[in-house]
Amino acid sequence: MYALKEIGKYSTLLYQALRSSTEWSTYRKNLFQELVKVGYDSVPIIVLVGIFTGSVMTLQSAYQLESAFIPLSTIGAIVSESILIELAAVISGLVLAGKVGARVATELGNMRVSEQIDALESMGFNSVSFLVVPRVLAGILMFPVLYIVASIFGVGGGLAAGYFSGSVPPADFLQGARMYFYPWNIVFGFVKSFVFGFIITSIACYKGYYATGGAEGVGKSTTNATVLGCIYILLADFILAVLLL
Amino acid sequence: MIEIKNLKKSFGDLLIWEDVNLKIDDGDTLAIIGRSGCGKSVLLKHLNALLTPDSGEVLIDGKNIFELDYVSQRKVRQKFGVLFQGSALFDSINTFENVAFPLRYFTKDSEEEIYRKVMRSLGYVNLEMAADKETSELSGGMKKRVGLARAIILEPEYIMYDEPTSGLDPETAEEINELISLMSDEFDITSIVVTHDMHSVLKVADKVAYLNDQKLSWYGTLEEMRESDQEDLVNFTTASEYQVKILGN
Repeated sequence: MYALKEIGKYSTLLYQALRSSTEWSTYRKNLFQELVKVGYDSVPIIVLVGIFTGSVMTLQSAYQLESAFIPLSTIGAIVSESILIELAAVISGLVLAGKVGARVATELGNMRVSEQIDALESMGFNSVSFLVVPRVLAGILMFPVLYIVASIFGVGGGLAAGYFSGSVPPADFLQGARMYFYPWNIVFGFVKSFVFGFIITSIACYKGYYATGGAEGVGKSTTNATVLGCIYILLADFILAVLLL
Repeated sequence: MIEIKNLKKSFGDLLIWEDVNLKIDDGDTLAIIGRSGCGKSVLLKHLNALLTPDSGEVLIDGKNIFELDYVSQRKVRQKFGVLFQGSALFDSINTFENVAFPLRYFTKDSEEEIYRKVMRSLGYVNLEMAADKETSELSGGMKKRVGLARAIILEPEYIMYDEPTSGLDPETAEEINELISLMSDEFDITSIVVTHDMHSVLKVADKVAYLNDQKLSWYGTLEEMRESDQEDLVNFTTASEYQVKILGN
């Protein structure tokens, strides 16, 4: 019963957000600020995640596939494909559930418990249009961009790790990456990051917008937003793999 | 004019109040009093439809606000200025921008015009010098005054004050009371003040509504309140020796 109620409230908030997405003048300024916070401000952590994921993938693959019968280019293929299809989107998503999801839930939760959302409504604002729409739009628009960043630095990190460890020469790594490259994999990664962006920001907005209580309530909303964001990313990852691969 | 007719509100199984009937004439200052948790702020949030009742009507200038669509409701809300209990200032922007906020979205005023109006509004509350301060740098009393400057920036017909003097030292509370009287006397704004501070009631109110036992227990003018012998009202208004003293004066 509780779950149904939650789904109902979440759906209602999304419906209100969809309806008020036409009020461009209300959220225009906030949208640009959110694009910077969600996108630009997340680049350093995404670069870091990409480099280390690619590096570790290369080193572990080289360790596991150490055989005279397996060409070194296989490692390049495995690393680049894994990053493009799965790791760039999913690991970035999980990291951003913490970074972006927690920030959004805390911001809105704080605004709710300190009556700032009531103040917006009292002035005649549509608070959903003002607060929820720009954050969800920023997630949808910026996560695919961050996926590209994670992919580039992931493959680059893998290439560099192979070179500096001496386990995979760059030429072999790139040959493998090119040999098994399918453009569909990038489309798939894009779709995933788009969906993850929506999941993380919409859940965080929902949890923050309906936060209750004081500091404890905001903390609870933030934790729930992060945990639920991670769970639904993994669930969506599975469903998308079943549907699109 | 605001008319409340047969209003009833409950949260789940918990009845807050029912059969609330009130009329607030233009230019009046109504104080809504009652013990903590009796639903004063809940009643206030029904006047601009921040909360929806179980049943009943709130007529703003003859229109039931709960029967309006969301867009029309938002227009009616712009007739109200609200001073929230915790001031509800936006902490991501400074004092000037907090006061300018409604102007930037609801008017086509130029920057010069916005500056002039904001400084005038801050002038009413004696805070021109705090225009550049971050909200985190303001004291509780200053936050209330900035909240009031923001509440009046669009020149509302009604102002609602939610516990305007709670948590303030007596001197600052007195300043806030004087500002409430100023808004009412100088600008002829209809005011609704939710408070349990009897000193504040005696300072600013023309009429008093007393909520108790999940209903509007008493309603009348300030003079009628002084003379009333209704037991629960007398118990509430004379709960401290200080209140007895000031009521006696």
